[in-house]
Amino acid sequence: MSIYQPPADWFKAPKGGERVWIGLALTWCMVMSVAMPYWHFYGKQNSTGESYRVTPAEYAQRVGKFIQTNKVGEMNGMPVVEPAPGGDAYLQAQMWLWMPILKLRKGQTYRLHISSLDLQHGFSLLPMNMNFQVLPGYDHVLTLTPTSSGEFSIVCNEFCGIGHHMMTGRIIVED
Amino acid sequence: MTTTVSGGGDVPARAPTGNHPPSMVRTCDTTGLSVCLTSQRFIRWHAVTAVVFLLVGGIGAVLLGLTRWPAVHLLSAEWYYRVLTLHGLDMLIVMILNFEMAILYFAGPVLLNCRLFSAKMAWVCFVMMLGGALMLNAAILSGTSDVLMTSYVPLKASPWFYLGIILLAVGTLIGVINFLATIYIANRDHTYEGSLPLVSFGATAAAIIAVVTLIHGAVVMVPTWLWSMGIIPHIDPAWYRMTWWGLGHMSQQVNVCAMVSVWYLLATMTTGAKPMSQLVCRGAFVLYILFINVASAHHLLVDPGVSAGWKIWNTSYAMYLAVLASMIHGFTVPASVEVAMRKKGYDRGLFGWLFAAPWGNPGFSGFFLSLVIFGFGGGITGVVLGTQQINIMAHNTLRIPGHFHVTVVGGTALAFMAVTYYIVPLIFQREFFAKGLCRLQPWLFAGGITLASIGMSFAGSYGVPRRHWDVDFTGAMFPVSFDSGAHAFLGLLGVGAVIAFTALLLFVLLVVAAVFFGRSNAGSPMEPWHEERQSGGAITVDEHRAPGTMALVVVFLVCFVVYYFANWKWLADVWHVR
Ligand code: HEM
Ligand SMILES: [Cu+2]
Ligand SMILES: [Cu+2]
Repeated sequence: MSIYQPPADWFKAPKGGERVWIGLALTWCMVMSVAMPYWHFYGKQNSTGESYRVTPAEYAQRVGKFIQTNKVGEMNGMPVVEPAPGGDAYLQAQMWLWMPILKLRKGQTYRLHISSLDLQHGFSLLPMNMNFQVLPGYDHVLTLTPTSSGEFSIVCNEFCGIGHHMMTGRIIVED
Repeated sequence: MTTTVSGGGDVPARAPTGNHPPSMVRTCDTTGLSVCLTSQRFIRWHAVTAVVFLLVGGIGAVLLGLTRWPAVHLLSAEWYYRVLTLHGLDMLIVMILNFEMAILYFAGPVLLNCRLFSAKMAWVCFVMMLGGALMLNAAILSGTSDVLMTSYVPLKASPWFYLGIILLAVGTLIGVINFLATIYIANRDHTYEGSLPLVSFGATAAAIIAVVTLIHGAVVMVPTWLWSMGIIPHIDPAWYRMTWWGLGHMSQQVNVCAMVSVWYLLATMTTGAKPMSQLVCRGAFVLYILFINVASAHHLLVDPGVSAGWKIWNTSYAMYLAVLASMIHGFTVPASVEVAMRKKGYDRGLFGWLFAAPWGNPGFSGFFLSLVIFGFGGGITGVVLGTQQINIMAHNTLRIPGHFHVTVVGGTALAFMAVTYYIVPLIFQREFFAKGLCRLQPWLFAGGITLASIGMSFAGSYGVPRRHWDVDFTGAMFPVSFDSGAHAFLGLLGVGAVIAFTALLLFVLLVVAAVFFGRSNAGSPMEPWHEERQSGGAITVDEHRAPGTMALVVVFLVCFVVYYFANWKWLADVWHVR
């Protein structure tokens, strides 16, 4: 019984059903352990954590330059920017804006840089439901290929103060 | 004696003498255990504190549930985040730690027939924990610390907020050291023979992990406290997250260890079950100690600053051996109940033992529901959400609280409620009123929290964020809306939250009534929660055969496999990213 001393000879290998279950469970754990490295090499969705140190000021500068060279329009006063396919795209998180609006092409691959100028934020792409953490001081690079077209929303899903729920943005993907 | 503590096979071979000073010990009239009176006092204090904070956190819970229900949207944004901060900390830290401290005082001195190592340390521990908790609550309610439980830098709270957490952590550490020292003197004075009882062993595993956890807590909280006062200029957010989750995640393993120990305890108390193989149960606890610490990795799966290799290694290698441990307990606990029930003559078919189990005993129903909810709900979702790539579809969505409300609430908190139905009669020596309501309470709580978790999990799979005041994004520069399915599941969360809160309130009322006004049972055994039904009478069975449990765990494994691969399938449909 579990509240009294165990019998003196408790150090015994399991038998019967218990043994079968341990075998099954261990096998399943092994399968799951192999799945992640497998997906890393053969799957299309991975979070590799590629990132570089950057100060918020430096990052704001890069974003500014990116907007200047690639701006194609405006929406609600927010610049709409179309990066070259295969090139770098920049997204800036700050209380409580995602800047700029990105215009991408379906099937093209971009190096999407995301960083924050102030607090931590959460990049959440809807309705895709893809989520990545955004930290100040870290340039988080996602090598991203949109596989569907349309207008997508970005919301913030890391608490960033009282205006957190108003922090939305857009990614537009054209065929 | 009519309770079923007598049902097992082993003789409760107490060592002839404890090491208690005279008049500081009593013999329990129900279990025959020697209860160290100093420890008994601290079990009472910590249990009462836990129940008070359970109520405070519970009031927060229902307010949160009603705010996330879009049709009700009760609190203002400001108060939603404030109450969220309060709920997370009062429940996950203050309530749970106080409960666990009570369990340590039971699993150490009482089960080992030993005196408490130091009453002074116990006082220091209690006062620091309570002082820290009050300071923390004051800091939050004053409105200067709306930073949520995780207080991710550079969000800054008032220094009192961090100091409160530090006091709580250090107080707990002192209590844990007192427990370990008690085990040491029990061993030195030979107050018990042979190996530690399983429940003490599990509690020791919890204590060891707690020490490592609390050290992480100090490493992250002390600099952050200094930073909040302007003494340190900068805290790196990636470093903070990694170290904070060393505290935040590992403390969940403490909770799991404590919960599993309570499962073993209640299986014994309610059905007379004894572990099939002590080696397996103990080995599984050792796996927790060895393989859990780096599992804090699964909070950083979509973070910058940590590589894919690091993420994968630290989730699979380390986590899956801890998962294995949980799967083992998930088998051995019900299997031990099955064998005990079959031995009593409930030997019909695959599940005759299960139907005949004492479902009207809140100690049993609470623990068994906790086991089922933790396994089917929490275990499966936890492993899937913690899979490195799948986490892309889950990080910071409501799927996460959906998961942990079936681990730490439907699992741990419910198990702690269940054991309270024994703590009050055995340690407070008071009988409950309204036993019918007591019998109902675990079912109600289990149902409510399961609904709430289902609501959160499914809303989360639409991408609804956690920690988010307004899913209609009122006032946002670019409007966003979720489809009606997400709203319906948020409604389900609200309904579940109201039911779970009702059950929680009922629990608090029942406990308070019993503790303050209940009939004293000192000098006689506690009133049994259930009568042993007359059956064919005791029979001999193969103690390693548990076909019913085997069938249940195979169903469990099938659910697990299906849910796991379904998630990979969903993942394959989202944009490509690397
Ligand atoms: C009546 C039972 C309970 C209900 C209905 C409930 C409900 C909720 C709700 C609605 C949230 C907010 C989710 C969000 O908006 O992001 C939440 C958060 C949370 N709950 Fe509970 N809860 C209950 C009990 C507990 C217990 C017993 C614990 C701990 C042992 C707990 C731990 C937490 C934590 C850690 C959070 C996250 C706080 C954060 O995001 O900072 N809850 N709960
Ligand atoms: Cu934000
Ligand atoms: Cu935010």
